[in-house]
Amino acid sequence: MKEFKGRVVTPGTCTAEAVVTHQGFNTLASLQKALQFGDKTAKVNDQNNPDLFGKPIAGKALCLPQTIGSTTGGLVLYCACKMERNPRCMLFGNRIDSLACAGAVLASVWSDAEMPVIDELGDGFLDYVKDGMKITIKEDGTVIVE
Amino acid sequence: MELTLEQKAILNGEKGETLAKVMKTLVMYGEAFDATKMVPVTSNYNHLVTSFGLGVMDPVYELMDTLLKEGVRSSQKFTVDPRPLDPNVPKGFLQNLVFKRFMYNKQEFYEKQLEALGLLEKDAFTCTCYMSEVGNKPEYGEVLSWSESSAVVYANSVLGARCNRNSGIIDIMGSIVGCVPYFGLLTDEGRKADWIIRIETTRKPEAQLLGSAIGMKVMEDVPYVIGLDRWLGNELNEEACTYLKDFGAATASNGAVGLYHIDGLTPEARKLGTKLLKKDAKEYVITDEVLQEVYDNYPIVWKNKDAKPRLCFMGCPHMSLQQLKDWTDTIEKNLRKYGNPQVLIPTVFTAAPAVIREFKKTDYYPRLEKTGIILSYICPLMYMNNPLCAKMPVITSSNKLRTYTTSRYYTDEEIVMQLCKGGR
Repeated sequence: MKEFKGRVVTPGTCTAEAVVTHQGFNTLASLQKALQFGDKTAKVNDQNNPDLFGKPIAGKALCLPQTIGSTTGGLVLYCACKMERNPRCMLFGNRIDSLACAGAVLASVWSDAEMPVIDELGDGFLDYVKDGMKITIKEDGTVIVE
Repeated sequence: MELTLEQKAILNGEKGETLAKVMKTLVMYGEAFDATKMVPVTSNYNHLVTSFGLGVMDPVYELMDTLLKEGVRSSQKFTVDPRPLDPNVPKGFLQNLVFKRFMYNKQEFYEKQLEALGLLEKDAFTCTCYMSEVGNKPEYGEVLSWSESSAVVYANSVLGARCNRNSGIIDIMGSIVGCVPYFGLLTDEGRKADWIIRIETTRKPEAQLLGSAIGMKVMEDVPYVIGLDRWLGNELNEEACTYLKDFGAATASNGAVGLYHIDGLTPEARKLGTKLLKKDAKEYVITDEVLQEVYDNYPIVWKNKDAKPRLCFMGCPHMSLQQLKDWTDTIEKNLRKYGNPQVLIPTVFTAAPAVIREFKKTDYYPRLEKTGIILSYICPLMYMNNPLCAKMPVITSSNKLRTYTTSRYYTDEEIVMQLCKGGR
């Protein structure tokens, strides 16, 4: 078990299973198919991301360095939240990027979804966390990985 | 964040609950990046990324409806990304049904929402709004609230405007309240380069491959590219701008680049030179081998890797007028060379409606028509994103299209061979 401390972007607490990518999460490429074709588990469809391709992320603790790709990214994430196909929480090793931040903020202000987002967890976080580990996050940005 | 009295009044709900939520969204967005203030949007027009009336994107249309019902409007007129449908583009009966009935069944509804909010004109749909023919070309130093990754990176890098990589919905919100949070690429510090990229290739690098290599390496950092002016020259002419359009789109879709500087060419690099480099800038050298490795590592996701291509898309981002002319010349010349009257694979060239209008006035248009190539304003990316098209073997020389769809990338030269001679 290891504890990490990050910065709270949008608040909340939860416990969920980790799904990890070490490369940028391309929000549009990853989620478009799931949103369009009724996949409630939100299997990642980004052919360029071997860490995540084919894995479901709805309800999981998505651990990532940052998001990349199309500037529809924020609204895709917002739609995923409104359609209940979003990750349970998003945990960033680096500082959050503008697109993911937009999605998290839109979801927080314009929907009832609760998707806590914590960033700046450090390089050590993504080195340590592995798929399937249990993640617990606290209100103050503490992330417990076990 | 320090707000003006007017901004505070909006945030406190004095102009209605909906406008307060719009301001709250922008303030939260800015605070995540330590923005200390909001700054006015100074461009003439905005540009939005969301052009598609996808049935499943209801949350977006609901939000738009909320804005419209409260009487909220954009303070700027805006252009929008390309439409997802065009009757000129070949599709089967089933595809047509899927597009119209199931996927883009909200298109008409959404376009009416856009018109009500402030669409520049009924055909203002393109990802290359900065083309002279379209007219949404910001000036050096202007502050924008744009989205569309390829347009943002072009506006920042080639035009010297200032814009963050805003998401869809955030884009329109900046226009509604007339200000955006001051952080990132809006600041002098945020425009400094984290990377020196040295181009040491023996020939002019393919724009799409170079952009892809740099995007994957630097992610969202700012690269300062040295040695590309050797191939592009020191003047931002039509040819250089076209190259940078395609290069930038690849950096933004294979990574998250919002700004690049090209030594001796782009406006800030010409003005400030290597003063733009951060002290601890990292270095990445691009050789022929690096680009070949990038190319070789692109995944091919066709079920049958040897399938005969059924469609070719060129123009993601949309082609410039000069590109349409150059490609007409190239295709004509090679069809003649290989003794074929028309292209051997159904092919669509895409460009902005305003660029197409201008192209049709030239004598190139009948020549292009003769080659069998179809000209369209469609968004190839939106066309490709459904199970029926995803199964089709589609080829392209756009790295952006390759990244987001099942299409297969070939260099421009390879595409010419496939279209005019057959095989690779």
